Order: sequence, then structure tokens, then C-alpha cells
Amino acid sequence: MKRFMIPLGIFIVLVIFLGIGLKLDPREVPSPLIGKPAPAFSLALLSDPARQLSPAELRGKVWLFNVWASWCASCRQEHDVLLDLSKKGIVPIYGMDYKDQPADAQAVLNSYGNPYTETVVDRDGRAGINYGVYGVPETYLIDKNGIIRMKHTGPVTPEVLERKILPLVKELQQ
Amino acid sequence: MRLNIKPALRAGMVALVLWLPLAAIAGEAVPVAQDPVLEQRMIALSEDLRCLVCQNESLAGSRADLAQDLRQEIREQMRAGKSDKEVVSYLTQRYGDFVLYKPPLKPLTWLLWFGPFALLIGAAGGFYFYLKRRGTRLASETLSAEEKQRVEALLGSNGNES
Repeated sequence: MKRFMIPLGIFIVLVIFLGIGLKLDPREVPSPLIGKPAPAFSLALLSDPARQLSPAELRGKVWLFNVWASWCASCRQEHDVLLDLSKKGIVPIYGMDYKDQPADAQAVLNSYGNPYTETVVDRDGRAGINYGVYGVPETYLIDKNGIIRMKHTGPVTPEVLERKILPLVKELQQ
Repeated sequence: MRLNIKPALRAGMVALVLWLPLAAIAGEAVPVAQDPVLEQRMIALSEDLRCLVCQNESLAGSRADLAQDLRQEIREQMRAGKSDKEVVSYLTQRYGDFVLYKPPLKPLTWLLWFGPFALLIGAAGGFYFYLKRRGTRLASETLSAEEKQRVEALLGSNGNES
């Protein structure tokens, strides 16, 4: 009996490790920017290229920063979730149109609805690099002091919103 | 005048035809960047960096859009006189240690760096003690008179048969 216990033990440990490995998502790279100030930028608005927006102007409120593009298919997946959230008016969503043609982005907003309070245009992806963007869509939660508190890579699903984003929003808004 | 132009034109055309192969060779060797030394340095550095879009590719080898942007960024920073270390820290500040194929040595990565050696030492130690115990057990085992007789009988009968 004892003879079998050791290999069985090793086998069980191996299965547990492999099981954990299966559950891990290699696309979810922890961002080193959590707890750091949101990188500054000053980018033109999609709605009015003559005007610019920078994160410093949003000091004092909690906001979501959603990086998206018209060419990004999974951004379309989260679009309805974001629209729903914006209608509830719990937290303002600011968008960044990443490496995209402004006209294409505007066309998407015109036909699918606009969840964003404002959208800034990052034509060359420079601001995106400063935020560590590596795959759109990405969503950041920024607190009243301009500190990044959370990052979500990939489309925002209703579960992610309920479990991850909204509880933190409520906590930060107090 | 007319007669003068024609030979000149012909000479010009001959020269053009003779030039064509040279032009073709020149066309194949497209310069990668203005500064080959800097380009070499950029590639050497980005070989050790991970492309975050296609995670099993290095930043040097990836054709992903982001990889191209980051290579351009590295190129520009190097041109501005930044050291390799500064460029790497620029990237890790934004993308984390995950961009490094060689993770840095710090308490969080001790298991990663020393785990295999600890495992090897543990296994070697276990094997050593196993052999030692087995040796003493085999040496201490003596046969009783009855067992000796059986052994001899078996060996003897075996020997008789053949």
C-alpha cells in the first residue's frame, strides 16, 4: 500500500498544477501601472478635433478609460455592455480610439450608439504604449486622484462588470 | 544639330541599358534604417523582449503592429542616446516584467530561478539515502541454515538438470 502512495501523491500534485495551469489565461498580463498615476496625454477629441482632452481634467471623479478601435472585433462584443452602463450613469466612460481612422470610429458610434462621454483619438498608438496597451479592448478604472486602480484586458462582459468593475467603482466613489 | 543629338541619345540609351542590372541590384538591398549599427543594437535588445501580442515571439521577430511600433520606439530612444537599460526599464514600466524573456532575480522569482536546482539537490539527496539504506539492508541480511539448504538444493537441482 505504502509503495503506491508516493507515486500517487506525485501524480495528484502534478494534476493539481496542470489543472491550475489550464485555468490561467496567458493573455491576462498583470499591469505594472496599477496603483500608479494614469499616464498623461493630450489628445484631440473624436467629436471635435479642435479640442483636446487630458486625464488631468478628470481629476476629482472616478472614470473608466476604454481603449477601442473600429477594426477591433471584440470591441463590438462589449459595446452593448458599455452602452448599458452609460445609460445607468453610474460612472463616466471615456474612450480612446486606438490606431484608427477617426471617420471609421465615428461611423461605428453612429450606427451602434455612443457609450462614451468623450473619445480621444490616438492615431499612432503612442498614448496607448504609455498605458501598456497590447490588445484592444482594454479597460482601466481611474480614481479621483488620477491613479489607475484596475485594468481589464479583453471585452467587458456583464460578469466582469458586476464582479470586478462596479464594486470597485462604488468603493472609489465614496 | 539633328545629327548631333542622335548619337548622344543612342549613347545615353546604351548607358541606361548598361545601368539597368546595377539598378536592379540596388533595388534588392533596401536599407533597413539610416544607421545600421543602431539597428543592430535594437535587434539585439529586442531579441530578449517578448512581443505581447504573439507571446511566443520575440519583439525582434514579430510582425505584429504593436511590435513594429515598439521597435520604432526603441530605435528612437536609442537614437536619443538612451542606454539599453533605460530602454528596458521604459518597457517594463509599461508592460511589466512579462516583456522580459529573462525574468529579473527578485524574491518573487526565486522559486523560478532556484526551484529546479532545489529539486535536483533534493532528488540527488533522496537517491543517495535510498542507496545507502538499501546497501546496509542487503549487507545485513543473512540466510538461516534452512534457507541456505533450500538455495543449495535449488542451485544443485538446476545444475544437475543441465
